[in-house]
Amino acid sequence: MNAFAQIRQSLIIALWFMFITFPVLVVRVNTIEKVVEWRWLNMIYVGIGSFLISFVWRYFLERKAQGGKEDTHPAPATATEKPFMQRLMAEPRLYRPFLIVLSLFGLAFPFLPFASTYQINIVTNALLYIMLGLGLNIVVGLAGLLHLGYVAFYAVGAYSYALLYYHFGIGFWVALPIGALFAAIFGIILGFPVLRLRGDYLAIVTLGFAEITRLVLENWNGFSFGPSGIAGIPRPGLFGMEMDLHQGTIYIYFLMIALCLFTIFVVNRLQNSRIGRAWVALREDEVACEAMGVDPTTAKLTAFALGSTWAGLAGVVFAAKTTFVNPASFTFLESAMILSIVVLGGMGSIVGVIIGAFILILLPEYLRAFSEYRMLLFGMIMVVMMIFRPQGIIVGIRQIYEFKKVAAKEGNRQ
Amino acid sequence: MDYFFELFLGGLTRGSIYALIALGYTMVYGIIELINFAHGEIYMIGAFTALIVSSVLAFAGMSGPSVLFLAASVAIIYSAAYGFTVEKIAYKPLRQAPRLSPLISAIGMSIFLQNYVMLAQTSDFLPFPSLLPELPFLESYGLKIGSSEFIILVTTAVSMVLLMLLIKFTKMGKAMRATAQDRNMAMLVGVDVNRTISYTFIIGSILAAIGGVLIASHIGRINFYIGFIAGIKAFTAAVLGGIGSIPGAVLGAFILGWTESFATGYVSSDYEDVFAFVLLVLILIIRPSGLLGRSTVQKV
Amino acid sequence: MKIRLSGRVFLSWFIIAGLAGIFAGPAAAADTIKLGVAGSHSGDLASYGLPTKRAAELVAKEFNAKGGVLGKKVEILSEDDVCKPELATNTATKLVSRGAHVVLGHICSGATKTALGIYKDAGIVTMSSSATNPELTQSGKYPNFFRTIASDDAQAKLDADFAMDVLKVKKIAILHDKGDYGKGLAEFARGFIEASKKAQVVVFEGITPGAVDYSAVVNKIKQSGAEAVIYGGYHPEASSIVIQMRKKKMGTLFISDDGVKDDTFIKVAGKAAEGVYASGPRDTTKNPLAIAAIAANKSTYNTDPGAFFLNGYAAAQALLNAIQKAKSTKYEDVAKALRTYPVDTPLGKIKFDKRGDAIGVGFSMYQVRNGVYVEVPAATPAPVKKKK
Repeated sequence: MNAFAQIRQSLIIALWFMFITFPVLVVRVNTIEKVVEWRWLNMIYVGIGSFLISFVWRYFLERKAQGGKEDTHPAPATATEKPFMQRLMAEPRLYRPFLIVLSLFGLAFPFLPFASTYQINIVTNALLYIMLGLGLNIVVGLAGLLHLGYVAFYAVGAYSYALLYYHFGIGFWVALPIGALFAAIFGIILGFPVLRLRGDYLAIVTLGFAEITRLVLENWNGFSFGPSGIAGIPRPGLFGMEMDLHQGTIYIYFLMIALCLFTIFVVNRLQNSRIGRAWVALREDEVACEAMGVDPTTAKLTAFALGSTWAGLAGVVFAAKTTFVNPASFTFLESAMILSIVVLGGMGSIVGVIIGAFILILLPEYLRAFSEYRMLLFGMIMVVMMIFRPQGIIVGIRQIYEFKKVAAKEGNRQ
Repeated sequence: MDYFFELFLGGLTRGSIYALIALGYTMVYGIIELINFAHGEIYMIGAFTALIVSSVLAFAGMSGPSVLFLAASVAIIYSAAYGFTVEKIAYKPLRQAPRLSPLISAIGMSIFLQNYVMLAQTSDFLPFPSLLPELPFLESYGLKIGSSEFIILVTTAVSMVLLMLLIKFTKMGKAMRATAQDRNMAMLVGVDVNRTISYTFIIGSILAAIGGVLIASHIGRINFYIGFIAGIKAFTAAVLGGIGSIPGAVLGAFILGWTESFATGYVSSDYEDVFAFVLLVLILIIRPSGLLGRSTVQKV
Repeated sequence: MKIRLSGRVFLSWFIIAGLAGIFAGPAAAADTIKLGVAGSHSGDLASYGLPTKRAAELVAKEFNAKGGVLGKKVEILSEDDVCKPELATNTATKLVSRGAHVVLGHICSGATKTALGIYKDAGIVTMSSSATNPELTQSGKYPNFFRTIASDDAQAKLDADFAMDVLKVKKIAILHDKGDYGKGLAEFARGFIEASKKAQVVVFEGITPGAVDYSAVVNKIKQSGAEAVIYGGYHPEASSIVIQMRKKKMGTLFISDDGVKDDTFIKVAGKAAEGVYASGPRDTTKNPLAIAAIAANKSTYNTDPGAFFLNGYAAAQALLNAIQKAKSTKYEDVAKALRTYPVDTPLGKIKFDKRGDAIGVGFSMYQVRNGVYVEVPAATPAPVKKKK
């Protein structure tokens, strides 16, 4: 496209945007004083802004289209030609030094000068969402079941701890496995009726299930104390040590790191296990998978149960961290946020989920500088990221199994 | 019996609004298999545009049905424009992407549009003028129906008949059906798929705008957040009826409206939504692809 | 394998650390009295949080014009919690980290409850202008909590007594919005009515905020023959219900709470709002301080005062005054000063009792007449115009 055509197109786009933003952005009616406020300046901003952005937009879209074409030509993938990120993850020589630096940083983070209680708190929050994201990744990323009600299990975990503490005085460490167990049982209960459903039907049923859970928590006062919630849940203890707020926050931070590492470890082992491969098969083609002897019922139920377990664990930590639970924390938007973490990061990729969680949870916090514009920017960034990296930030690497000649001894083992 | 009839009517009115929004979901889903989460926002923008236009006209001294007509027309034009633009920006570049990517893009778009309206206008609730005229003849016939309810029902019915005719008999309707069946095949026989998809979004948005104007003047208040819950409910209705099926969406919407209305009337509004969702789960367990959905046979 | 993958976690930390470094900025070392203001400054409940924020800014300006507090300037640290409990912890830790000496907030009771634990651990006196949940002061769990508004049970009692004794209705429908505030109030009201046996609760239900319409529940009220509705919740739903009731030509009286005693309600409900009763903080707009505060708000921000503006104003004054009297920002000193020294505020002369409730702050009943809320005496009812 020559320059003239480009400018003409951008002009058209600018005019179009000036047109569609006109009523909302330019006119403001004050119904009390019966005056209309005309904000013509906004129209000029929109015009200039969209004119400039359209150039950038087109440039990047073209670049993306070209990049896409290159990918379709299967080039012999030698190690040196792979993108840097993939090489970084595949080669021990490269990632080991990175690891050491990063683990040191992770350990030192709470003691660094800029790490205020607030900073540690929001990073802990992001760690919590990593757990949730990895759990949901089992269901959505690996087994390919679109789950829009993940937050229900998060709520089950949180309320398990809150109620167990309230009625029986049970502490954090005992509640942790119980919460996970309850969530897993709930996952199986949800799993049964939805076994026959596919795709978006499954999505809406899971969404409905989460709404039912939330509404029951909201309405059933005798059980859950309704919307006023349960306050005064203790933070996790450490051998009865007294901790002030800052120390307590640091403690939960390390606790979350430990739990995250544990999650990563388990999920990674699961991925390469028999059941993990069954999930991937299920995701790719249910019928073929059944024909190959994988029982889809078991595979789906285990995916739901295991996915929910992590939500339960995260829920218990959430209750302990905020010291308060009420149903308002478990809305659909929360489910959508966790799903966005999984998709934005890259479905089926552990590193992707981690980066996704950091971006989506910390971004609104750091965008606080833009105060009221933060959610606007957040929505915009979600759209832009999806358009320019639809497969997520990190593309899940397929496990490649190579056939190697084995020693005769092993071959005979049958 | 009167009580039953009133609940029935309430459910029908609510169902009509759900149906107008659900049609947009189901049409978009039918054609590009995307749950368009930003659709509820289009409905909200329609209502806001109507509010702005009608207020400006009212200050200028106009009144009567011409205000309603102008406000509704402008709302429809703008909703269609937004629907069209949203598709071009957020979904079109993602046609070949993994299935969940456009979904996240849609959620992002929904958050963006909500906040855009909130920042540009206000976070407060605004009074919406009751644009719908009072129809005195209803009372004189002894009908137990409010005039705004009556108008909602009639408008919904007319829109649906028009939509049916459009899909059945026009060239565009044919192209839409062809694209929904098989996009590549449609392209091969000369259907302009991009244009068809745009039309689908525009038609869906028009219906949503009609719903937005009707409900806003019925309940008399709006804010930037009204699209969210209405969107979720309409989506539920669309799935209940079998997503992708147009009569299904209408049927699903009415069933949902009645369930909510009767659950409130005879049980308790505490569990209004619980009933709606339990019904949904039950229906989907019995008919996994919705009431009127095509149960596609899995080919191997 | 474990280590290999955990490494990827750290990779992300690296990115975060970079971001954190950029945004953390220089630690504010300037010697000021930091008044944290937390509440909903965006989102759908922003109209409840912003007036308090404006009030705090005005009070700070006023104090600074007089030379500050203890010779230091007052600085406002404002943080948004959108009234969400899980965000309130972030807000609270952020305020603690930024070194707030006292906090004015939060707006919603749920968010306040979550945040209070953090302030308590950090030893920060917190005062809310609008969190009315009784438990906050009555449970004794939060010794650092004060408020310039009366609690829900007092208000529920006023609403219930007003319905039974003044309006003399026998059948009452109670609705709520399933929220913390609305449901709590509704339950207290039910308790009072049932205990007094003077009237009968014929409907007790929660409605879904944001639902498309409320015709079913309105029909139910009509069917039940209730003479009055007591509604616990905020104005958006209240206006929808009232509009639909009036559209159905029902003359049922509507009594609600200070979530509805908001001018937005009258704007939205329009003609239907006429005759609606709502309890709200006692009318002090004739107080010269209140007039001055409202005038300052008008000249600085060119808006109406909005919900809880005077309560916020009073709270900010009380907090800063207590610091001045205590000559310190230490928790014990400030708390003691709040309980000892009365302070002149737009709400009148107030000080705080042991539990943290303001003495001398109460509720009155208001009625919408000709598009404005007018205080009605609790004893002699205004003639009720039943709409035909």
